[in-house]
Amino acid sequence: MRLTPFSTVLAVATTASLAFLLLPIVAIFAELSPGDLRDGLTSEVTRDALRVTIETNLVAMALIILFGTPTAYLLATRRFRGKALLVTLVELPLVLPPAVAGIGLLAAFGRLGLLGGTLDGLGIDIAFTKVAVVLAITFVASPFYVRTAIAAFEAVDPDLVAASRTLGAGPGRTFARVALPLAGGGLGAGAALAFARGLGEFGATIMFAGSLQGVTQTLSLAVYQEFDVEFDNALAIGALLVVASALILLTAKLVLAWRRSNSTLITASARSVSS
Amino acid sequence: METLQLDLDHGLRTFRLELALTIGAETVALVGPSGAGKSSVLRAVAGLLRPERGFVTLGSQTWLDRRRGIDLPPERRRVGLVFQEYALFPHLDVRRNVAFGARDRRAVSGMLERLRIAHLAGARVTELSGGERQRVALARALAREPDVLLLDEPLSALDAYTRRAVRAELHEFLRELRMPTLLVTHDFEDAATLADRVGVLVDGRVLQLGPPQELVGSPRDPFVASFTGANLLQGVASPGRDGLTEIALDGGGTVWTTEKGSGRVAVAVYPWEVSLSHAVPNDSAVNHVRAPVSSIVSLGNRVRVRVGPLTAEVTASSVTRLALGEGDVVIASFKATGTRLLPMA
Repeated sequence: MRLTPFSTVLAVATTASLAFLLLPIVAIFAELSPGDLRDGLTSEVTRDALRVTIETNLVAMALIILFGTPTAYLLATRRFRGKALLVTLVELPLVLPPAVAGIGLLAAFGRLGLLGGTLDGLGIDIAFTKVAVVLAITFVASPFYVRTAIAAFEAVDPDLVAASRTLGAGPGRTFARVALPLAGGGLGAGAALAFARGLGEFGATIMFAGSLQGVTQTLSLAVYQEFDVEFDNALAIGALLVVASALILLTAKLVLAWRRSNSTLITASARSVSS
Repeated sequence: METLQLDLDHGLRTFRLELALTIGAETVALVGPSGAGKSSVLRAVAGLLRPERGFVTLGSQTWLDRRRGIDLPPERRRVGLVFQEYALFPHLDVRRNVAFGARDRRAVSGMLERLRIAHLAGARVTELSGGERQRVALARALAREPDVLLLDEPLSALDAYTRRAVRAELHEFLRELRMPTLLVTHDFEDAATLADRVGVLVDGRVLQLGPPQELVGSPRDPFVASFTGANLLQGVASPGRDGLTEIALDGGGTVWTTEKGSGRVAVAVYPWEVSLSHAVPNDSAVNHVRAPVSSIVSLGNRVRVRVGPLTAEVTASSVTRLALGEGDVVIASFKATGTRLLPMA
């Protein structure tokens, strides 16, 4: 490639961007000796936080997939007034400041919140429990899944759905046997993105659920607590989260690439020139 | 075998779809230009489109009756719909595609055999050729054991070579099936080859419905005539000599027809009624058009020669004998009895 002034500018800017983005990640590992890493990962704080993180994220992901998939299918396949508004509302938590999400959840489910009285009457107290962590994660992470799932369902050729119906499959069976398998790649990628967001959830959780070790303290919260107390622990947990996040991102990309290579075949074979 | 009856009235983008059809154990083709509403008819019969008014019945079963508020969903109508681009499920192999709607799973192998795709049972549908895909789509639709078969442009996704072979095969297949079959196509030749009756659909209305030879022999409308491949010469008709009708053509010249008519008309004459010569022949033909040859297209043993406003279809040997070349001025002749007179709207 010839070195023009323009390509020099591009190269310099790219180098600066990469260096800036990678430096903190490199620093985490550079500052950490293998011994510190082992001690940090086996400390009680880390083990508790890992357990809480896994438990709460699994429940949150189950909720997101269980409710998010039908929601996305409805929004992708039905046409009605106000649909664009509804999609925007579903996406809102994406851009909402996490602190606002936290205060909102408190205002809704907290003891003095909108549903607080009702829940109190039932003997249920959500704030500062594991349930609160699950709700916070679900709230901030679900748009990542629903958005991707809507796009995946929209990409399914309507003729394939129509074909399924004329072949005797009702709407439910058509969903399960045609739409779901064809959108599967997109759903997987969406789930991976939501999971990554859930792992990193901090702001809403600390406001709505607090940071109680073994109860509501997730890995992200543990990093925050430990950097005051035991800096190497914070670094070790940070390293763990870097690796986990990278793996999730990689999975999402692989799933999407696989889906794309599949869907070009679908397009070639089933796209119709409507008459 | 039950009879399919439909009566539809539905607003499309720029016109209304208004048509009524009764289809027994036969193949009916709706033929018309793109955007004439052909696919909408099939979708309404299959239950994928709800027309504003009308009904669809099969024998004593009512699939749709807007007045009585009946509209069975597609899965409760026993139709086999073959989509234009076949709409095969890309995530399933050939056998699973065919088995998808099968009433009897044990019949799937037989259906694969019947359409000569048994050797493709495990293949991905994305790896199939156009002709193979069509057979899979047909097998899938028939495995459902439908009472009505609907075909949307069954040959348009195929290349010209495959198309001829598949057309002959499909014709044979439909004849054996003896089931109410409705197909739509934009190609009159496809319709004439495949169907017992052909309806010409333009802007949502059937201009003429009948056996293909009837549409060719006595087109009721200039559009039907041109669609079936006839030459159309426009002009003004008036009573002429010997009891013939004389037509002064818009482009100059005069032709005569045995048909009666007056005012603005179109004279329809089929290419195979037109003969070519170098001098005005001394025979029974009274109509002669003298013009240069603008194109010569060979179709196997037939040759289409464009002479001025006319297309003539003659044998390849005649072209050789007359030593025809583009630019040669020749006489195109046709008999007054070989013409049809159609009033212009």
